[in-house]
Amino acid sequence: MRATLRNSTLVRHGLFFLALAVVLLVLTSFVFDPYTNYNVTEVAIYAICTAGLTVLTGINGQVSLGHGALMMIGAYTTSVLLTWHPDLPLILMLLASIATTGVAGAIVGLAGARLRGPYLAGATLALAVALPQVPSHFASVFGGNQGLNVPTPSPPAFLGGDFSPEQWLAWITLAAAVITFFVLANLVRGATGRRFRMVRDNEVAARLSGIDVARTQVLAYIISAACAGLAGSLFAYWVTVTSPSGFSLNLSLSLLTAIVIGGLGSLSGAVIGSFILVYLPVWTGGFASSLNLSSNVANNVPLAIYGIVLIVAILVFPRGIAGGIASIARGAARVIPSSRGPTALPAAPESSQ
Amino acid sequence: MLEVQELSVSYGAVHALTAVTFAATPGAITAVLGANGAGKTTLLRSISGLVKTQSGSIRFNGQELVGKTVEGIARCGVAHVPEGRGIIEELTVEENLRLATLWCLGRRERERAIEETFALFPRLTGFRRRHASILSGGERQMLVIGRALISRPQLLLLDEPSLGLAPLVTAGLMALLRDHTVGTDMTVVLVEQNARSALSVSQRAVVLNLGEVVVNDAADVVAADSNLRHHYLGF
Amino acid sequence: MGLFVNITLDGITNGMVFAALALALVLIFRATKILNFAQGAMAMMTTFIGFTLLNRGLGYWWALVAVLAIAFVLGALVERVLIRPLQGKSELNPVIVTIGLLVVLEGLAGAIYGNSSRGFPPAYSQSGLTIGHTKIAFSHFDIFILVAVLVLMVGTLALFRATTLGLRMRASAFSGEISRLLGVRVGRLLTLGWALAGVAGALAGFLVAPTSSFSPYFMDLILVYAFTAAVIGGLESPVGAVAGAVGVGLALSYVSGYIGSDLAPLGGFVILIVVLMLRPQGLFSFGRQRQV
Ligand SMILES: Nc1ncnc2c1ncn2[C@@H]1O[C@H](COP(=O)(O)OP(=O)(O)O)[C@@H](O)[C@H]1O
Ligand SMILES: [Mg+2]
Repeated sequence: MRATLRNSTLVRHGLFFLALAVVLLVLTSFVFDPYTNYNVTEVAIYAICTAGLTVLTGINGQVSLGHGALMMIGAYTTSVLLTWHPDLPLILMLLASIATTGVAGAIVGLAGARLRGPYLAGATLALAVALPQVPSHFASVFGGNQGLNVPTPSPPAFLGGDFSPEQWLAWITLAAAVITFFVLANLVRGATGRRFRMVRDNEVAARLSGIDVARTQVLAYIISAACAGLAGSLFAYWVTVTSPSGFSLNLSLSLLTAIVIGGLGSLSGAVIGSFILVYLPVWTGGFASSLNLSSNVANNVPLAIYGIVLIVAILVFPRGIAGGIASIARGAARVIPSSRGPTALPAAPESSQ
Repeated sequence: MLEVQELSVSYGAVHALTAVTFAATPGAITAVLGANGAGKTTLLRSISGLVKTQSGSIRFNGQELVGKTVEGIARCGVAHVPEGRGIIEELTVEENLRLATLWCLGRRERERAIEETFALFPRLTGFRRRHASILSGGERQMLVIGRALISRPQLLLLDEPSLGLAPLVTAGLMALLRDHTVGTDMTVVLVEQNARSALSVSQRAVVLNLGEVVVNDAADVVAADSNLRHHYLGF
Repeated sequence: MGLFVNITLDGITNGMVFAALALALVLIFRATKILNFAQGAMAMMTTFIGFTLLNRGLGYWWALVAVLAIAFVLGALVERVLIRPLQGKSELNPVIVTIGLLVVLEGLAGAIYGNSSRGFPPAYSQSGLTIGHTKIAFSHFDIFILVAVLVLMVGTLALFRATTLGLRMRASAFSGEISRLLGVRVGRLLTLGWALAGVAGALAGFLVAPTSSFSPYFMDLILVYAFTAAVIGGLESPVGAVAGAVGVGLALSYVSGYIGSDLAPLGGFVILIVVLMLRPQGLFSFGRQRQV
C-alpha cells in the first residue's frame, strides 16, 4: 500500500516535471527573445543552487552563508577541466563539478555538524570570504584575478547551423533545473526529507528515535553542495569567465536572502527567490536609467531598492512570499468553500516550524 | 486586595482558564491548588502580565492590571516568583537581589534592604559575590524569596515554591511565609501541588480543575473535606 | 626582528579596530541573539557623515562627537523600526533584514558619495615613530587608535560592572522575562544596547577610515574579521570579543607579512575553524549548550 502510494507520488511528480519541461522547451524556443532566455538561464542557475540551500537551511535547519563559495568550486572545476581538456563533453563537466563540490560539501558538513546556529553562520561566512582568495593566489592553475575563459558550449549539429549557443545553454540549464527539482521534490517528500526535518525541529527527539544526527546533517550538506556545484558549473558557461570576483560574499548573502524571501523550506520559494534575485535588478536598473540620474545615483538605486525590498518583504511576509501566497490561498479557500482542497503541486510550501 | 473576575485564557485551541473568579485579601495567604495542568501557572502568569488574557479582569487595589506591561505590573508592587524559581544564573547573588530594588528603592535604602535580606538568609552571605548558578535548590529558593520580599511587594505570587525541596526545608519556608504575611498588608497567592503543606499556612484555598474554579473556601474547610481532598488534591 | 616587531604592532592596531566592531556585534548578539550584518554598513554611513562634516570645516573632535551621537540615534532607530517588529518570529528573518539594511546603506552611500575610494584625514600623523635610531611602523595615529579603543572598552566594562544601568542591561540580556518581572524596562534597554553598539561600530569606522580605501564598501572585510573575532570569543562575552579580535588582528598580520597579503582572509578562516573545531561554542562561552 505504502509502496504504491509512494510510486504514485513519484508518477505524479514525474508527470508534473515532464509537463514543466515541455512548457519551458516551448517558451525558450518560440516565445522568449534571446535576452529573456539569457535571464531565464540565470534564474534557473540560481534556482538550482537555492533549491539545494533550501534543503540544507530550510529543511535541515543548517544556516549557510557560504554557498557562493561552493558554487565557486563547481565553476572552477569546470573551468580548469576545460582548459586542460577542451574536448570533453559537457555532461562530464557537470558531473565532475557535482562530484568535487559534493566532496567539499562533505568536508564542510563534517565540520559544520559540530556547530550550531550563529557559530555555523560565522564559519560559513568566513569560508565565503576566504575561498575566493585561493584562485587569486594560485594564478598558475586558476588564472588569478583575470580568471579563466569558458567557451560557450556549441549546440549539436542536428539542431541546425543557425541554432544559437545561448539557446542551447538555456535548454541545458533548464533541463538541469527540472531534473534537480524533480529529485529534490521527491527527496523532500520521502523518508530522507522526514529525517532532515526531524533533526531541524528537535535534535534530541530525532536522536531518541534512532536518527544519526551528524550523519543526517552531513548528508544534507552533500546534497546541497552538489546542487551548488551543478549551478556553479552552469554559471561558468553562462558568464563565460570564471574569476574570483564573481563569487564575492554578496553572492552567498544573495542566495540566502533569496530562499528566505521566497519562503524558507519550500522549493517553490527557491524559484520565487531566484526570480527576484535576477529580475529585481533588471527592473530597477531599467527604472533608474529611465530617470536621467547622475551615474552615481543610477548605479546605486537598484542596490538600495533591492535592500528595501528585502526589508519590506520580511516585515510584510514573515514566512516569505511562498508562505504569504499559501496563507492568502488558504484564506480564499475558506471564503469559497466549494473550491477543491490543496492541489498536488509537488513543491507546495510548508511551514518552517 | 486582588480581585480576579471571569478570567479566561487560551493557548490557541487549548482553554487553560475558563471564567476564573476569586479574591485574595491582604494579610492572608490564598492557596491555589490543583493537579498538573489545571492552569495554576497560567493564572499567575496572567496576573503578572506574562500571558495575554482573553477576557475578564484582574484588579489589584482597585487598579486594572489587564493591558499593563509586565514591568508596569511589577512596578505596581507585584512580585512573582515564577515556576522553576527564575534566578538569573549569570548574575551574582547580590546582583540578583539588587536588580529587584532598582525601581523602588533609593541608593541608601537599597544597600540596607540587601543587608536585611542577607540577615534573613545567612546561608546566602557566603555566596554574595558568586554566580547564582552555583547555589543548591534550597539556596536558590532562599534567593528568590528574598529577592521577591526585598521590593516590599503588596502582592506576592509564588509558583510551587516547595517543588524539589526537602520536607523540613518546605516547612521552614511555609513558616517564613506566614510570618511575613499575617499582620501585614501584603497579599499572597501561593500556588502549590503540595496541597497539605500549603493548606497548613493558608487562610483561603482556591482549587482549580481543568482551568475552572471548583472550590473557593476557607483553607481549614478545604483541608477538612476528605471527599474533596481525595478528588482534587490527592491526599 | 624589526620586521617581526612591525608586523606585531600592525596586528595589534588592526586588532583594536576589529575589537571595537566585535564589541558592537557582541552587545547586540547577547541581548537579542541577532547577528547584525549591517553593523559595518552603519559605521560606514556615520563615517561618511563625519567625512562631510570635516569637509564643511568642522574640527576633528567635534566631528567625532557628532558621529558618535548620530551613531547612537541610528542604532536606536534600527532597533525600534526594523528589529522590534520581528521579535519572536523565525530566527533567520532578522538576519535578512540586517542584510537588507546593509545593502540599502551601501546603495545610499554610493548614490550620494560615489563608489570610488577617497582619502580620509587622520587625527594625528601617520608616519612611523622613531625609537632610538630605528623607525617603526607605529605612528601617533596608531597610538590614538589604541587609546580610543581602550577608552571604549574600559567605558563599556565600567558601565556593565559598576553601574546599575549596566546591571539592568546584563540582566535583560541574560533573561528578559525575569528582568521584566523585577520591574526592569527591558524594551528600552534593548534599544540602548543597539544604540551603544552603534557607537562602538562608528568609532571603529572613524578610526580605520584613514588607513583603508575609504569607499561605501570599506567596512565589509572588517565586519567579516570582527565576526570571526566575536565567534572565536564566544559571541556573548565582550572580553572574549576583544581577545578574539586582537588574536585575529595578529594572525592576519603574520599571514600578510610572511606569506602574502592576499591570503589574509584564508588565514582568518583557518583560525576560526581550528578554534571552532576545538571549542564549538567559542573560547569564552559559559560552556553551557545553548540550542539556537
Ligand atoms: N505555552 C503554552 N502553550 C500551549 N499550551 C500551554 C502553554 N502553557 C500551558 N499550556 C497548557 O495550559 C494548561 C494549563 O497549564 P499550566 O498553567 O502550566 O498548569 P499548571 O501550572 O496548573 O500545571 C495545560 O493544559 C498546559 O498544557
Ligand atoms: Mg505549573
